[in-house]
Amino acid sequence: MRNDIRRYFTVFALPTLAAFCMAFVVPFGLGVWLSFTRFTTVTNARFVGLDNYVRIFTTDSDFLHALGFTALFAVVSIVMVNVFAFALALLLTRGLRGTNLFRSVFFMPNLIGGIVLGYIWSLLINGVLAFWGVDITYSATYGFWGLILLNNWQLIGYMMVIYIAGLQNIPGELIEAAAIDGASSFKALWRVKIPLVMPSLTICTFLTLTNSFKMFDQNLALTAGAPERSTQMLALNIYQTFYGRSGWQGVGQAKAVLFFLLVALLAFVQLRLTRSREVDA
Amino acid sequence: MNTHTSRRHTVWLTLLLTVLAIIFLVPVILVVLNSFKSRLYISSAPFSLPNGLTFVGLENYLTGLKTAGFAAAFGRSLFITVGAVLLIVFCTSMTAWYVVRVQSAWTRILYYLFVFSMIVPFQMVMYTMTYVVGRIGFDTVPGIVIVYLGFGAGLSVFMLCGFVRSIPLEIEEAATIDGCNPLQCFFRVVLPVMRPTAITVAVLNAMWIWNDYLLPYLVLGTDQKTIPVAIQISMQGAYGATDYGGLMAMLVLAIIPIIVFYLLAQKHIIRGVIAGAVKG
Repeated sequence: MRNDIRRYFTVFALPTLAAFCMAFVVPFGLGVWLSFTRFTTVTNARFVGLDNYVRIFTTDSDFLHALGFTALFAVVSIVMVNVFAFALALLLTRGLRGTNLFRSVFFMPNLIGGIVLGYIWSLLINGVLAFWGVDITYSATYGFWGLILLNNWQLIGYMMVIYIAGLQNIPGELIEAAAIDGASSFKALWRVKIPLVMPSLTICTFLTLTNSFKMFDQNLALTAGAPERSTQMLALNIYQTFYGRSGWQGVGQAKAVLFFLLVALLAFVQLRLTRSREVDA
Repeated sequence: MNTHTSRRHTVWLTLLLTVLAIIFLVPVILVVLNSFKSRLYISSAPFSLPNGLTFVGLENYLTGLKTAGFAAAFGRSLFITVGAVLLIVFCTSMTAWYVVRVQSAWTRILYYLFVFSMIVPFQMVMYTMTYVVGRIGFDTVPGIVIVYLGFGAGLSVFMLCGFVRSIPLEIEEAATIDGCNPLQCFFRVVLPVMRPTAITVAVLNAMWIWNDYLLPYLVLGTDQKTIPVAIQISMQGAYGATDYGGLMAMLVLAIIPIIVFYLLAQKHIIRGVIAGAVKG
């Protein structure tokens, strides 16, 4: 307890707090309120109760489609990203020469921003599809796998680094003991390494999940929802409800509230799971 | 015998990793190669190497960038990123210390508000934030730096608080007994100890702000473009009229600072990104 610091509130806490209120606290509160109103500019908001929430599910089929598309995208991403990332982590913890260089290369795509990534991949994917005379907006299937490819490229290196940290935390004696007991390297992997990197697996699963759910820039740059909004993910759907359809701002804000609740639920489950695993270990 | 097979193993595995690394680099290499090709040959034949017919040297960089106002966008992105990161690290480290050391119901509520803001997706506040920021008149380049302080505060305060809790109170008490007021105590004693975590926080925020698209697009509009906004806008031109040459040049120039930064501070970057991941 240090009461002398308290007198310095204006120096230490006020600047951050003021900016935080402007950028987050006030907009958040205002956003919750506006989701129950009909408005075109914030000043002409009129209370309509749960009307916006009802309209999401009755007059707008795009949202549910976007939810399904995003969920499928997240599931496929989780499986692919984690399998590849773990495999690379295994390869890079064998003490091979050049390990650091490889790790740097695999990690690099994660640092490139979503918009730039999207256009890099649209060049590549459209270049390949051009041999068949089509491009990525030709069908939703192309868009889906294009986004999966991009997401893998971006996230594998990141998750790989987390798995490497997890694998390096396994005491060497455990692997040696398993080998002395006659375990094959496959058995050592299955019975020793994988159970011991479970905390990393939980983290990576949820990181892939939340990253996939919140994806916006990549979606906008690679497909922009084409064809016919069929590759629209949740964040892009909300954005286009806000800025693409006049009179739908209230519905957009209601969608945003649902989106927030969904992401918060995922974060909450993640927290519970990682906590309980830590107790186990 | 055994060492012989394991050595052969090693060669194969290294070869496999090399191939994978090349596959990982292909998209970037492709963009770099195409940035030297005439714009007519980029979307029609992206996989051909630049040759006598298609090679245009630096033309894309010189003319393509001029039409998109890229030089200005580059300067703006740099100013916003550097300014916001400095401001965030400076302000949030002070706030984190305050929140941890002054234990009251208010600071506890404040702490949980910061943590709460980390899980709220941007779409939840984007419309109302744009409105509030516009009303206050912060929809300018210096203004957006302050907006970033507000948005970056959650994660930054959270990470720094975690570290401040591990600083032993004794060294601060010793400084106080030696006659330091809280300001001197913070800047002379606490801040130097916080350096590693502050660097991590700086790296995380720098990667985010440099690459951010939607916030600057909504707050600054299309008159004052940052790099991601300039790239997105240049692609929204009428179909067929898009200047792919300029786009490739822009993509290359958007990536170069990241790669340079990465090569210079790789250890910090990887550590920072992982620290951001384990935030729970």
